[in-house]
Amino acid sequence: MAERIRINLREIIKPEERLAPGHRLCAGCAEPTVVRQIMHAIDEPVVVATATGCLEVSTTVYPYTSWNVPWIHSAFENASTTIAGVEAAYKALKRTGKIPADQDIKFLAFGGDGASYDIGFQFISGVLERGHKVVYICLNNEAYMNTGIQRSSATPLGAHTTTSPAGEVIQGKTQWRKPFTRIMAAHDIPYVAQASPHNYRDLMTKVKKAVAADGPAVLNVLAPCPRGWRHESDQTMAIAKLAADTCYWPLYEIEDGYKVTVNYKPREKRPVADWLRAQGRFRHLFRPANAGLLEEIQSRVDFEWERLLKDEANS
Amino acid sequence: MVTSKYMPLDGANAVSQAMRQINPNVVAAYPITPQTAVVQNFSEYVADGIVDTEFVPVESEHAAMSACIGASAAGARVMTATAANGLALMWEMLYIAAGMRLPIVLTVVNRALSSPLNIHCDHSDSMGARDAGWLHFYAETGQEAYDNTIKAIKIAEHADVLLPVMSCQDGFITGHGVERVGLLPDEAVKEFVGGYDPKYALLDTDHPVTMGAWDFTDYYFEHKRQQSEVLNSCLPIVEAVSKEYEQLSGRDQAILDCYGMDDADVAIVVLSSQAGTTRSVVRELRAKGVKAGVVKPRLFRPFPATQLVDAIKNCKAVAVMDRAISFGAMGGCGPLFLDLTSALFNLGVQLPVVNYIYGLGGRDTMPSDIASAFADLQEIAATGTRGELVRYLGLRD
Repeated sequence: MAERIRINLREIIKPEERLAPGHRLCAGCAEPTVVRQIMHAIDEPVVVATATGCLEVSTTVYPYTSWNVPWIHSAFENASTTIAGVEAAYKALKRTGKIPADQDIKFLAFGGDGASYDIGFQFISGVLERGHKVVYICLNNEAYMNTGIQRSSATPLGAHTTTSPAGEVIQGKTQWRKPFTRIMAAHDIPYVAQASPHNYRDLMTKVKKAVAADGPAVLNVLAPCPRGWRHESDQTMAIAKLAADTCYWPLYEIEDGYKVTVNYKPREKRPVADWLRAQGRFRHLFRPANAGLLEEIQSRVDFEWERLLKDEANS
Repeated sequence: MVTSKYMPLDGANAVSQAMRQINPNVVAAYPITPQTAVVQNFSEYVADGIVDTEFVPVESEHAAMSACIGASAAGARVMTATAANGLALMWEMLYIAAGMRLPIVLTVVNRALSSPLNIHCDHSDSMGARDAGWLHFYAETGQEAYDNTIKAIKIAEHADVLLPVMSCQDGFITGHGVERVGLLPDEAVKEFVGGYDPKYALLDTDHPVTMGAWDFTDYYFEHKRQQSEVLNSCLPIVEAVSKEYEQLSGRDQAILDCYGMDDADVAIVVLSSQAGTTRSVVRELRAKGVKAGVVKPRLFRPFPATQLVDAIKNCKAVAVMDRAISFGAMGGCGPLFLDLTSALFNLGVQLPVVNYIYGLGGRDTMPSDIASAFADLQEIAATGTRGELVRYLGLRD
């Protein structure tokens, strides 16, 4: 990875649209933007597996499909293992000569945060341990949006979801989020990164590194959801940017399990309240009685940011 | 016909040998007793470079079937093996493999389902999966397990079938029991199974396809009907492939293995290894002048209803042996009994049939148990009174 990767928009927006328009994802949903950015960043043919979820149900309503690349969905929890099976077949068919030795195909799996942090967690871990040469992408909108906004282990403290509602006694989710990106990196795989679609250069550079890696790679990409987060559908990218500017969602990468690079350091770190205030799911946190919760979230974000900078300095 | 080479092999190893000869592109599997030997042996062939297979040692049986689905959809020939709770963990993916019409071949070394935990043989695992849309073979011996495995590949991948096949044998009884198994020459197996060139494959990136789409109320029903039609109409293909294999191997491959059924007054219908014990009891009874018989279906799905009814319709009393309970079904009967009695009813054949639940959790069923069942049948035949619908063999009261 010594060679510097340049993202030239003119080159990258290829005439071929791998995810066609006309799908049924919501207006303002970040997912199709993320998926298109990712596939535009890859020069080689790709095969894609998708977990059950918004992306899957909205792009493959039989008899229509938005996918101009080979695509498979088998179940909710196992997009990682399904694509690992495809990759195993690729290796086997290359060995027997059925696929030419010089053909290079890239393998991608997309899953939401529920599919990645929760129900598919073991599957992803197995795929990473076995070293399948695939890129697993978590489209992280911080809850089970497809089933109607239920809390997942990616949902942050204080967020209102339909299974962690803000009530009279309990103020939204009572736990912090699972450190998924760090756990993925702890598998000591070649490449893990956290990204966001508002910074397409950063995301697409990371995709290029991920597909070039000699082994598994994981991208955890923030994907704002106007329905679940309760923001206007034209605010998606602005909200994604706020997540990075408040250091709630740092953009960073971890190579070979230890080499940490923070790809974006805001000149001025904005208070996390700016990010929270922009979304209806955190509205209750601004009641005077919940000032302590706001402080707790800020201190969590500060702790994680400082730890990340230390990890970068130490690696 | 080719000459088989006979070797002392346990049933699990017989399947491993078949897998070696088939040389599948991908095997994804997870260990569970008593299946483990199948995959262990096969791993050695991979390690020694005897096969070209990409072996994926996954972290669970659900992952095993998930990887098999991905690999099969990619265009590879795919096999795996499991048992009991492992099969139960695959449940969700069994239906998906069948619904996506992926010709995966799965060896099941039958074992009791928990709870309570038990590692020994019964058919509760594969019988629980009988509505998943797979073809189901049941083997009496290691030899049959070997033969069924090879046939399964050709049937599953047949362009007019394209369905997954479960090839079952009895855990420990045949799985770990060493017997004389005849192996076809490697080249003969290779030629018999042929190559696999699916019409649609994910790795054909020049012709992208979408597999596993979201199917609404407007299409799902039709797709399920198509799937059902295929499974229900593939019996002639199973028979043709079996015939071809019979000519190649010189071993009987009929869907029903009948003994003494030409003139039987009393008969037992039983799957897998227990058929051997039953046959020996029939032989003894016949020596005493009792017109007894035994029918062993080699195939359970699709259910060979007409053939089974034809085989038993002239009997005066029949017992169906089940190594599994369909909990809550009529009288607590077993699945084979349920299917066979509904076949009799629908084909308009009226005869007294009783059900024996036997051998759960590996309980031995002795020749004396089978003899007592035949004594019951003779009594029913003589009196015309059926008596208790569901009975137990070898159970302590």
